[in-house]
Amino acid sequence: MLDTAKTRWHPVAATYDLPFRHVFHAQLLGREFAVWRADDGYVNVWENRCLHRGVRLSIGINDGRELKCQYHGWRYSNRTAGCTYIPAHPADAPARTITNRTFAAVERYGLIWSAEEPQGEVPELPGLAEGELLTLRGIPVNAPADVVAARLEGYRFQPNGRTDGSDAKVSVEASNEFSVALRAVDGEASTLAVFFVQPVDSNRSVIRGVLDGKVEGAVRLAVLHHHNDLLSKLRDIAEHEAQAQPVPAPLEPVIDRVSPELAEMPEETKHGRKATIRVEVARKWQAADGIAGFELRPIKGLLPTFQPGAHIDVHLPNGLIRQYSITNGPGESDSYIIGVKLERDSKGGSTCLHETVRQGDVLAISEPRNNFPLRRDAMKTIFVAGGIGITPLLAMAQALSNQSLNFELHYFAQNEAQLAFPEKTACLGTSLKPHLGLSPEQTGARLREILSGYRSDAHLYLCGPGPMLEAARHVAAEAGWPETAVHFEYFKNTNVIDDSSSFEVALARSCVTLKVPAGRTILDVMREAGIDMPSSCEQGACGTCLATVIEGEPDHQDVYLNDAERKSGTKIMTCVSRAKSARLVLDL
Amino acid sequence: MSIAALCSDRVLLNDWHVVADLANLSSATAFQTRLLGVDLTIRSHGRYDKQIIREDSGEVVNSTKRYGFLWACLGKPERDIVFVPEAEEGDRYLVTGGSIAVKVSGLRMVENFLDMGHFPFVHTGWLGEEPHTEVAPYKVELTAADELVATECQFYQPVASPTAREGFIVDYVYKVIRPYTVALYKSNPAQKGRLDVITLFVQPVDEENCVAHPFLTYLKEGIDEAGIRSFMQLIFAQDKPILENQVPRRLPLDPRAETPIRADAVAVLYRRWLRDKSVTYGAIPARM
Repeated sequence: MLDTAKTRWHPVAATYDLPFRHVFHAQLLGREFAVWRADDGYVNVWENRCLHRGVRLSIGINDGRELKCQYHGWRYSNRTAGCTYIPAHPADAPARTITNRTFAAVERYGLIWSAEEPQGEVPELPGLAEGELLTLRGIPVNAPADVVAARLEGYRFQPNGRTDGSDAKVSVEASNEFSVALRAVDGEASTLAVFFVQPVDSNRSVIRGVLDGKVEGAVRLAVLHHHNDLLSKLRDIAEHEAQAQPVPAPLEPVIDRVSPELAEMPEETKHGRKATIRVEVARKWQAADGIAGFELRPIKGLLPTFQPGAHIDVHLPNGLIRQYSITNGPGESDSYIIGVKLERDSKGGSTCLHETVRQGDVLAISEPRNNFPLRRDAMKTIFVAGGIGITPLLAMAQALSNQSLNFELHYFAQNEAQLAFPEKTACLGTSLKPHLGLSPEQTGARLREILSGYRSDAHLYLCGPGPMLEAARHVAAEAGWPETAVHFEYFKNTNVIDDSSSFEVALARSCVTLKVPAGRTILDVMREAGIDMPSSCEQGACGTCLATVIEGEPDHQDVYLNDAERKSGTKIMTCVSRAKSARLVLDL
Repeated sequence: MSIAALCSDRVLLNDWHVVADLANLSSATAFQTRLLGVDLTIRSHGRYDKQIIREDSGEVVNSTKRYGFLWACLGKPERDIVFVPEAEEGDRYLVTGGSIAVKVSGLRMVENFLDMGHFPFVHTGWLGEEPHTEVAPYKVELTAADELVATECQFYQPVASPTAREGFIVDYVYKVIRPYTVALYKSNPAQKGRLDVITLFVQPVDEENCVAHPFLTYLKEGIDEAGIRSFMQLIFAQDKPILENQVPRRLPLDPRAETPIRADAVAVLYRRWLRDKSVTYGAIPARM
């Protein structure tokens, strides 16, 4: 009887099955896998099925960082298998929870090992030294794995270098239901051969042989031929034997259902200002003059999937919470890289990161949130970054560059030494356009050049200091850019907040009415009443605590909404904005 | 579950299904096909007289000819073959688009026909092209005639039809008429006010196999029949390898089997409509 335990490690592919940017279709105990290696070397073993419509991901495209489904172009990130982009809705950030099922992957003996629910370690074999091995071609056999393994115990072969001979002594050194270790000795020559039998399905297997010792040239070829001939004969015998038995029913692995919230049309996810992830500062370096780079690695497990434009809250040792954009390109999912500028008038956030936080320190961060999503359906995308405003735009530019989409990244800074992350921007080629040492007037003139000639399928993304953003938005409006094509993110809200009003807020879905007195925010009052509302910067810049207004007139004090959104009166940032009317009804 | 499991859905057994394009039948040799898991042989007596016989029982099956196809009903016909009003209009070609066998449930085939989001990725350079990938909101409703209709569908297409010379935003209306029958109305490039119609009759061969029989009623202006047919075959040939890689092959009706997005509004309603009609053949029923 075939042992179908899901806890046992089995080989599912060989290292040579994963050439550059290939996706390999593997199968173990009836379950299909899409196996692919990203350009950073990481081997992904995923359920072979796009969560959207069930199309096999093994026919998808490995772009080195992400796997793209052939059917609707959904993109899934290296490592996490989280969906990073849904082309049918280019203006939305996909819900972070759309994540394909991943399986363990260990590369050993020239093979890729996996299991559904692995226990313990991949088999460790004394006598097989990594790097000094010859991995044989996988031999598929239409027979159950236990039948094949039993046959392999009687396998007779010649040691490496003596394949012409025929009288080697072969002994079984070890065996179990799925593997057999044999040693062939002929005079001085001795070779250890270990055969792992991969149970593909109830009646289908692959023999994966590994020989000790490195052989090259003609000898290697002779060894490969030798085993190929012998294993092909063994296959015929095993298949013959299997044909004499009744055919076992194919294994039917259960495909997990998606979570109930994914089964319905997507809604906004709810989360408070929580720091659920612990990261270690793996590296801290000077990313530019006055800018520190931080590489944040998870203490355990994987970091959540992020999209370009996303930011995280970093909870600092001094109790402050600050927002930083993730600068990573697509698929760079083993750590988050952020850039922090030392602010002259720092209230303690950037000073703490620059002066106190060191390599090796542990920080608490929130899950990434994306209130600055990137459309990828534009014929042309223009990014305008001022100083440290480069950080979200750098992630976006790398995403477009990876998909060979047309963009320009205009990067305004005082001098060359202030251009951050040169190792990342260097990959953008001529799409990167630095503008150095310009006065405010010169900057305005340059922006007018860049933004002239608006075309209907172009989009503009702005991030930088407040005055520069105001200027750029003004120039864009003059040049005919509609508000729907201009996307922006402020670092902070420099408006003076007037919190002197008092009013009533009715929450339509929660059926409660709350009084907001002068000096308190809507967000505060709601939290106090036990209503969980996500937030991040809490100063009206990041867009996390957005709510829909059903009735009443908002008093906008944020810098997140654009003018059209403000005028429509249907949205409000609950952390700073208030009501001009006596009563505000929110869709919460 | 055996592939050749027989159908017990009355709504399908008592309906008419296309089993062959008449142009593919020879009077000299019998034609073998399968409908709802039942093997059928089509024999010709002379040039026009066709007879369909069940292989299992040897019985003669109800059959008739319409729109250039041979139709069969395994049970007792409860309603007439789907009426295509455009087929009555004299300035249209009536073209059968070639019968394309696809190793997937016919319900998956219908759902693919209702889907705009795949155009840039599967029909690259013809029905869509990156980066024009957005599926704008559209309306879906269940009509009084118990048909599903999706209106105000718009999509940018580089070569929307055999005569299109440049890319433009095409207006679509989709209508699901029966579980295995779906129609598409799209703006004609020459006469903007009128619509070209493709009605897709899907033959449920068994639960995991189907044959797509497209029936095209296109305005004749500036186009020929061969052009229409080869365009249709190009498009279906692009769909076939994708559909044959859908896992599982049957259409899951459990809302938690797959992940819908707003662009899938019509597919979500289609699955619900099938559930409400208790259509199980070619589907994986929802868990209760």
